[in-house]
Amino acid sequence: MSAFIELEHVTKTFGSSGLFGGGSVTIAVDDVSLTIDEDEPAITTVAGESGSGKTTLTRLLLGSHVPTDGRMLYRGKDFTKLTRRERRAFQREVQPIFQDPFESYNPFYKVDHVLDAPIKNFKLAGSVAEKKRMIEDALEMVGLVPEETLGRFPHQLSGGQRQRIMVARALLLKPRVILADEPVSMVDASLRATILDSIRRLNRDLGISVVYITHDLTTAYQISDNILVMYRGTIVEAGTVDAVIQSPQHPYTQLLIESIPQPDPKNRWGSEPPQQNWEITDTEITGCKFADRCPAVMDRCHTVRPAQYLIGEHQLATCLLYEDKGEMTNPDITSTFQTEKQAITAAASN
Amino acid sequence: MSTEQAITTYREGARITDVDSLVVEGLSVYYETEDGTVKAVDDVSFTLKQGERFALVGESGSGKTTLAMALMRLTRPPGHIARGSVTLNNRDLTTLTEDEMRQARLSELALVPQGAMNSLNPVMRIERQLTDGIVDHLADDESITKKELSQTARDLLTRVGLRPEVARLYPHELSGGMKQRVAMAIGISLRPSLIIADEPTSALDVVVQRQIMQTLGRLQEGLDASIMLVGHDMGLVAQFADTIGVMYAGKLVEVGPVEDVFGDPKHPYTKLLIQSLPSLQEKKDFVGIPGLPPLLIHLPQGCAFEDRCPSRFGKCTGAVPEKLSVGARRDVACFLYEGEGAS
Ligand SMILES: Nc1ncnc2c1ncn2[C@@H]1O[C@H](COP(=O)(O)OP(=O)(O)OP(=O)(O)O)[C@@H](O)[C@H]1O
Ligand SMILES: Nc1ncnc2c1ncn2[C@@H]1O[C@H](COP(=O)(O)OP(=O)(O)OP(=O)(O)O)[C@@H](O)[C@H]1O
Ligand SMILES: [Mg+2]
Ligand SMILES: [Mg+2]
Repeated sequence: MSAFIELEHVTKTFGSSGLFGGGSVTIAVDDVSLTIDEDEPAITTVAGESGSGKTTLTRLLLGSHVPTDGRMLYRGKDFTKLTRRERRAFQREVQPIFQDPFESYNPFYKVDHVLDAPIKNFKLAGSVAEKKRMIEDALEMVGLVPEETLGRFPHQLSGGQRQRIMVARALLLKPRVILADEPVSMVDASLRATILDSIRRLNRDLGISVVYITHDLTTAYQISDNILVMYRGTIVEAGTVDAVIQSPQHPYTQLLIESIPQPDPKNRWGSEPPQQNWEITDTEITGCKFADRCPAVMDRCHTVRPAQYLIGEHQLATCLLYEDKGEMTNPDITSTFQTEKQAITAAASN
Repeated sequence: MSTEQAITTYREGARITDVDSLVVEGLSVYYETEDGTVKAVDDVSFTLKQGERFALVGESGSGKTTLAMALMRLTRPPGHIARGSVTLNNRDLTTLTEDEMRQARLSELALVPQGAMNSLNPVMRIERQLTDGIVDHLADDESITKKELSQTARDLLTRVGLRPEVARLYPHELSGGMKQRVAMAIGISLRPSLIIADEPTSALDVVVQRQIMQTLGRLQEGLDASIMLVGHDMGLVAQFADTIGVMYAGKLVEVGPVEDVFGDPKHPYTKLLIQSLPSLQEKKDFVGIPGLPPLLIHLPQGCAFEDRCPSRFGKCTGAVPEKLSVGARRDVACFLYEGEGAS
């Protein structure tokens, strides 16, 4: 194991606090510990409710948000203590794909700029011809025709086309880690498969770790090794995709997986699921954050904050239903993770 | 046209009547660029019945948003409607004056745009954003008090499942799902008879997605409106829609009831699209349809899907296939079905 990025008990809050603050505080990420490992490059899905802190978590991993509490480490070193050189190396090695393709562009530049600029900035190409080839290869990997894409302004492209250019940009840089925030939410199923397949190839062939934030649990199941599920800033369940998707344990994960719209018109949704109660602010909740919507709620859930309990070797749930399983000794949720390669090695040695 | 006669659908509780709500005929929308004409929507025709839920799917860049914007007559230069008509409740929208069209928007047809969450004004309270349209559409001799407006805003919020107090907030104080609901509340504020929703939930988790789509469905039924849903999520389409239309390279290549199209897709593109849907039951090779869509500037002589089509034959390169009827409310544009049924 060699840790590339680590979060140690990281909390990120927004909003005013204290006596004179007035407004309410949002705990966007609540005491999260995890590791992105370099030797075992995995694809890890981050799923969860809209507003549960997924994007905030990526921004913490990117170093663009400073933790309110806890630390972020890069190659074992506190991120806030990096030298300029180390910081520049980090910027090259960790590439984000931002959630909103509408905001990632400067409307006055042609889209070529988002691909040109990093090549220049990190001096990735030796010649103009090489630069051109790199850009064209990356565009083709995401199903874009270079001559139909280059030379255009952002508004001349469709939503999915803009989104794919952002993916192409990350692919082009061949970093150590890709943090992809909803990279394919605006493209069709077939293209989603094509793009995610390129991402998976990068993971396998070049050993790039990928954090894949998505609402699409079906593709998450297909391409990722591990998954973590967030609810109001807390990681409520984590483990290998096989464990979590095939047998979800936390009631929120169960609701989430039940709600996946099946492409079968003969088998339609039942009644509407219960809504989140936004009236209770994050700081007012003393027990479990899901208690107000939970079908399995017990009295204690309203007052006792659940810890992370180990359901099996490769699965944890933050839910009092599993209290008897014992609290995890290692707070790092990624200790339950396993890559496909590790699973194969483990199976072979048995 | 027989009024109020129900037509068959598979969706429980659907109230689709035989009254035409929207009739699109031979619609073409082109963008004129330095390199040539981008035929983003080319000769598209379809009909929506009152109460019907129509889903428009298709490859990214196939012209769905362009079509939706053209129905609203919001096409911006260098885009223009090259041909065709858009008839809503027996009125051809393409012939309306700009002023008449402005009145029709929101009150007769409303758009929840792609990325609607970002379309809210960041420095304006939600209440104002909900009621501006209402004030705008008041006739010269009408007036409305502040109190009435405020009450309307609160009612609208309740109808989309939000607390009335949200009216006092600014967009940045809301989550993505809440903003999306606000955009939807604006869309229904003037009780339109057609709601066009362009990827209304692609940024939301599946629980909220389901709540929003079910809310939208309920609102639509309450208004007896029809709906056109643009989206990529075939699961959502299967859950929500009555009818599906599939676009490829600017053309509508297949239309039919969702059950029939999912159960027995006809066009080779639709077949491959449905086959490429991943499943939660088994992990398998995860690959899309090989190849790329054609350049919309240089469309081929023949069928635009020909070079990626596993069933192609000699005829496909020669001419563009016309729409053929292959069953009840079922059309497909593919030479494979020539000679089958009436055309
Ligand atoms: N800059 C900010 N200022 C104030 N609050 C914020 C800020 N960024 C995020 N939040 C709040 O923190 C919470 C988590 O937001 P975040 O964007 O991380 O959610 P998310 O899981 O990415 O949601 P989505 O799936 O909708 O993208 C939300 O309640 C959000 O309103
Ligand atoms: N202003 C413009 N000038 C030139 N071409 C344009 C312009 N706007 C859109 N296009 C092109 O028209 C085609 C259709 O775009 P449109 O946005 O309608 O696609 P879409 O089906 O909605 O795609 P997506 O699913 O990715 O949102 C695309 O190939 C796009 O590049
Ligand atoms: Mg986000
Ligand atoms: Mg679009």
